[in-house]
Amino acid sequence: MYVVIVGGGDVGYSLTKLLTEEGHEVVLVEKDPDRYAMLSYELGESVLLGDGAELGTLLDMGANRADVLVAVTGTDEDNLVICQLAKLIYLIPRTIAKVNDPKNEELFASLGVDATVSSPKIIASLIEEKIDAGMTIPLLAFKGGDVEIFKTELSSESSLINRKVSKLKFPEDCIIIAALRGNEVIIPKGDTVLREGDSIIVLIKKKRKEAFKRLFLEAV
Amino acid sequence: MKVVILGCSLVGAMVASWLVSEENQVSVIDSKENSFKRLPKDFKGEKILGKGIDIPILIQAGIEKADTFLGLTNSDNINIMAAQLVKQRFKVPKVASRVYDPQRAKAFKELGLNIICPTAIIAEEFKEFLKSK
Repeated sequence: MYVVIVGGGDVGYSLTKLLTEEGHEVVLVEKDPDRYAMLSYELGESVLLGDGAELGTLLDMGANRADVLVAVTGTDEDNLVICQLAKLIYLIPRTIAKVNDPKNEELFASLGVDATVSSPKIIASLIEEKIDAGMTIPLLAFKGGDVEIFKTELSSESSLINRKVSKLKFPEDCIIIAALRGNEVIIPKGDTVLREGDSIIVLIKKKRKEAFKRLFLEAV
Repeated sequence: MKVVILGCSLVGAMVASWLVSEENQVSVIDSKENSFKRLPKDFKGEKILGKGIDIPILIQAGIEKADTFLGLTNSDNINIMAAQLVKQRFKVPKVASRVYDPQRAKAFKELGLNIICPTAIIAEEFKEFLKSK
């Protein structure tokens, strides 16, 4: 895949390294000249100096043939505008933005950003997970803002365990897409039996999330 | 008319004082106390110190009852994001923002925002000057 990344902070830098190692074609743009010098020393020609919110920079990055654009600058207004321009002008099929202020997540989704990642929210979830077994970690929020994918670990008290999936009564608008057991990934079918300690990944409409948690995750 | 202005820039301050002189109710938001010095000493409107795009600050400025919102910070992207936020979330009827970058201005005009691009206006003025004898 051809991926363009805007914002050479810690996230942008690590993401560029990771995706390049995995064999993707990656271009990273950074607007601060000092930071750019450091990045290009480390990452070579895959780094450009420029403002990702300017159409000329996006074109230099090859935005017109990119599969994905990732905006991970430190400011939400920049991330939003960059994703919107990428979609509007260069018709990039998928845009992902870092949301620094979790309150902006809904706005981003409603304005066409395909996925948002909010580190404060993920960290808060991880902290709460330690004290609340029914805690879910949001992995992705989708366009429109009403659908998300989350991950949760099944405790001994979850009513999802030790029964065939086909026997479980799910709320509307949700599906378990995968279960992680150790290193194994299980795509559940009717006769799959989930166990204590499995991590499940669920695709769900946000309004059903509370019902799902009440039904399956909390101790009765 | 109730008007919320984001950004006590030179233009923001000028428009705010004019609106007050026309008997409008005006709130000006800026993230720097110093910026309010651009307003006249006897400014009758409200000055609100706060970050550009912060929902509680916008509410404090009376965005829920506003007829008009103007995005006049010195950041194109803040002005674009704020315009979309107040249109969508608070249904403000009349919204306009300043965007310096002509290409970005064009793109967001196409999305239906009212964008005023000073760069294009100034370039036109200079062209007119150069054409004149």
